Amino acid sequence: MLDALLLLITTTLKIVAIILPLLISVAYLTLAERKVIGSMQVRVGPNRVGWKGLGQPFADLFKLLTKEVIVPTNSSRFLFLVAPVLSLAPAFAAWAVVPFTDGLVLADINAGLLYVLAMTSIGVYGVIIAGWASNSKYAFLGAMRSAAQIVAYEIAMGFALIGVLMVAGSLNLGEIVRAQEGGFFSWFLIPLFPLAVVYFISGVAETNRAPFDVAEGESEIVAGFHVDYSGMAFAVFFLAEYANMIMISVLAVVMFLGGWLSPIGFIPDGIHWFFIKTAVMLFFFLWFRATFPRYRYDQIMRLGWKVFIPVTIVWIAVVGFAIYFDIGPWFDIRSGVTG
Amino acid sequence: MPEIRNYTLNFGPQHPAAHGVLRLVLEMDGEVVERADPHIGLLHRGTEKLAESKPYNQTIGYMDRLDYVSTMVNEHGYVLAIEKLLGVEVPERAQYIRVMFDEITRILNHLMWLGAHGLDVGAMSMFLYCFREREDLMDCYEAVSGARLHATYYRPGGVSRDLPDTMPQYEESRWRSKANASKLNEARGGSMLDFIEDFCKRFPGLIDEYETLLTDNRIWKQRLVGIGVVTPERALQLGFTGAMLRGSGIEWDLRKKQPYEVYDRMDFDIPVGTNGDCYDRYLVRVEEMRQSTRIIEQCITWLRANPGPVLTEDHKVSPPRRADMKGDMEALIHHFKLFTEGFCLPAGESYAAVEHPKGEFGCYLISDGANKPYRLKVRAPGFAHMAAMDEMARGHMLSDVVAIIGTQDIVFGEVDR
Repeated sequence: MLDALLLLITTTLKIVAIILPLLISVAYLTLAERKVIGSMQVRVGPNRVGWKGLGQPFADLFKLLTKEVIVPTNSSRFLFLVAPVLSLAPAFAAWAVVPFTDGLVLADINAGLLYVLAMTSIGVYGVIIAGWASNSKYAFLGAMRSAAQIVAYEIAMGFALIGVLMVAGSLNLGEIVRAQEGGFFSWFLIPLFPLAVVYFISGVAETNRAPFDVAEGESEIVAGFHVDYSGMAFAVFFLAEYANMIMISVLAVVMFLGGWLSPIGFIPDGIHWFFIKTAVMLFFFLWFRATFPRYRYDQIMRLGWKVFIPVTIVWIAVVGFAIYFDIGPWFDIRSGVTG
Repeated sequence: MPEIRNYTLNFGPQHPAAHGVLRLVLEMDGEVVERADPHIGLLHRGTEKLAESKPYNQTIGYMDRLDYVSTMVNEHGYVLAIEKLLGVEVPERAQYIRVMFDEITRILNHLMWLGAHGLDVGAMSMFLYCFREREDLMDCYEAVSGARLHATYYRPGGVSRDLPDTMPQYEESRWRSKANASKLNEARGGSMLDFIEDFCKRFPGLIDEYETLLTDNRIWKQRLVGIGVVTPERALQLGFTGAMLRGSGIEWDLRKKQPYEVYDRMDFDIPVGTNGDCYDRYLVRVEEMRQSTRIIEQCITWLRANPGPVLTEDHKVSPPRRADMKGDMEALIHHFKLFTEGFCLPAGESYAAVEHPKGEFGCYLISDGANKPYRLKVRAPGFAHMAAMDEMARGHMLSDVVAIIGTQDIVFGEVDR
C-alpha cells in the first residue's frame, strides 16, 4: 500500500517536472517566434512587457485567462469544450517516453516509438471535433482539411520512422539514441537523410504550421477549426500546437540527430546537446513560417501522397537491402540482429 | 436518395483577405467554387454626388479617397478633365513633377499590392518588406504636400508647390537610438530629388530581393500559375485595363497609346504577359515597378536642369502669391473669388483618362457653365475587374479565390466610390 502510494507520488512529481518546464518552454517559444520572425521581417517584435519583452507570454496568458469562453448557440456544447482538451492531452502525454539523457525518461517502455506515433495521431481528433462542434462553415472546412492532411502525412511519417527502427533495431527511444553513438557521422541523419527530411516536413504538416497551415489558413478560412474559440479554450489549442512543435523537434533530435549525444566524439555527451538540437529544429519551424507562401489544400495532398510516401517506400527498400547485405558503415551495426 | 446540395459560404465583408469590405457569396461544392457572387457597396460614400455640390477645386481631396493606395493618380485624372475643359496651360515643370509622382504612386500601389498579395497567399514577410520601401515614398508625399496619404497635391494648372529642398529627418527618441536615426537620415541630407534618386538606385536591388523570395518559389508558382486565366478576347470584352489586361497579353498602356503630360518623352517599356494567369500578372506588375523607376530617373534628370514655375499664372484658376495680395487689388479679388466661388468651367463635357496603377482611371465631367460640375462620373478600373470575379473564380478552389482577389488588386474605395 505504502509502496503504491510512494510510486504514485514520485510519478506525479516526475510528470510535473516534465510538464512545468514544457509549459514554460511553450510560453517562451511563442515569444521566440515573434522575436525571430520579427527580426526576419525587419521589425522589433514585442518589447514592452518586462525587460526586452520577456514578460509578454505571461501578459498574453493573463489576457486570455480573463476573457470569456464563448460557446456558440448552435454548437455541440460538450464536444466544443472537450475538443481543446483532446488536442492538448496527447501533446503532453507523448512526452512520457522522451529520453532527455541516458536513463532520464519517465516511462522507459519498449514500444516507445509506437506510443509516440499513436499519441501524435490522437491530437488530430481535437481539431476535427472542434471544427465539427463549432457548427460553422469555416471551422468545418478547416476540420476537413486537417483530417485529409493528417491521413496523408501520418503515413509518410510512419514510414519514415520504420526506417529508423530498422537501422536501430529497437522501438525504444533510448535504444535508438544509443544506436547513434560515435559522433556526428554515426547519427541516423546521414544514412537516412531522405527519411529525416520527409519526417520533419511531415511533422511541420502535422502540427499545422506554415507552409502547411491550411487548417487555420488565416487568409482563406480565417482561423479554420478554432475560429469560434475564445479565451482559455483558444489558448489550449494554442498550447497544444506549440507543444506539438516542440514534440516533433524533440523526436527529430532523438531519431536522427543523436539525442543527448555530442556531435564530436571527445566532447562529453549531456542533456544540453538535447536542448541545443531541439532549439535548432524549432528555429526551422519559425524560419519556414517567415519564408514560404502557403500551399493549397490539394497541393499538400499531392505532395504527401505522390512524393513523400513513394520516397519513404523506396528508401525503406534501400535500407532493407543494405542491412541484409551488410553494406556501408552504418547498416552493419545491427547485422547481428537482422542477420 | 438524399438530395446533394451545394452550400453557400459568406466570404466577408469581415474577412482578412477581403481587401477591405468585399462580400463574396460563394456557392461551394466542397472546396470548389461553383459560383462567386460579389456584393459591393459597403464603402459607398457618394463621391460623384458630393462633387456636384462643391466648387471644382474642392473635389480634388475626394479623389484621393477613391483609391486610397494610389492617391495622386486619382487627382491626376480629375485635374486633367478640368484642364481639358478649361484649356489652361500647365507649366512643363509641373508636367514632369506630375509624371514623377504618378510613377512614385505606381510603385507605392504595386508595393501595396505585392505585400497584400503575398499575405493572401501566405508569404507574410513580403508585406513588411514592401512597407519598408513604401515608407520612403510616403515620406516623399509628406515632404511635397504635408500629407502621407491624401495629398491633394495636383491642382488644375499644375501642382500646388515646387519640390522641397529638404527632406524631413528622423529624430532620436526613446525607441530610436542616435546611431539608428542618423543611419535612417543618411539619404535625407539633400533635396527631395536627391532622396528620390537614392531610392531609385536602391530600389531595383530590392525588387530583386522580393523576386528571390517569390518568383521561382515552387509554392508561389503552384499557387499562381494557371489560376484565374483570362484569355485576351475575354479580357477585352470584360473591360479589363492596366496590368489585368497586359497580363493577358494585350499591349495597352495609356501612357504609350494616348500619351498625356510628358509621357511621350519618356523612355520605358510595357511588360506584357502571355498566359493571362495570376503569375503573369504578378510578373507584369513587378516589371512595371522597374519601368517606373526608369521613368522617375528620367524625370529627376530633367527636373534638376530646368527650374521654373509649377502652377499656371492664370489666377482665375490658381491662387495668387501672398505677397502680391498685399499691394495688388486684382490679386486680392482673384484670391477672394477663387476661395469662395471657385472657378467656372465653360459648358460642355470632357473625359480624361490616366494610366492608373490598377488600369484606366477616367473622369467624365459635364459642365453647365457653373462653378460646380453638373455631373461627374468616375471610371474606376477596379469595378470592371471585380465584375469578372465570378468568371475568374469559377471552378477554382477556395484558396484560389483569395489569390484572385489579390491579383485583381481590388481597392474598395474606387469600386464603391
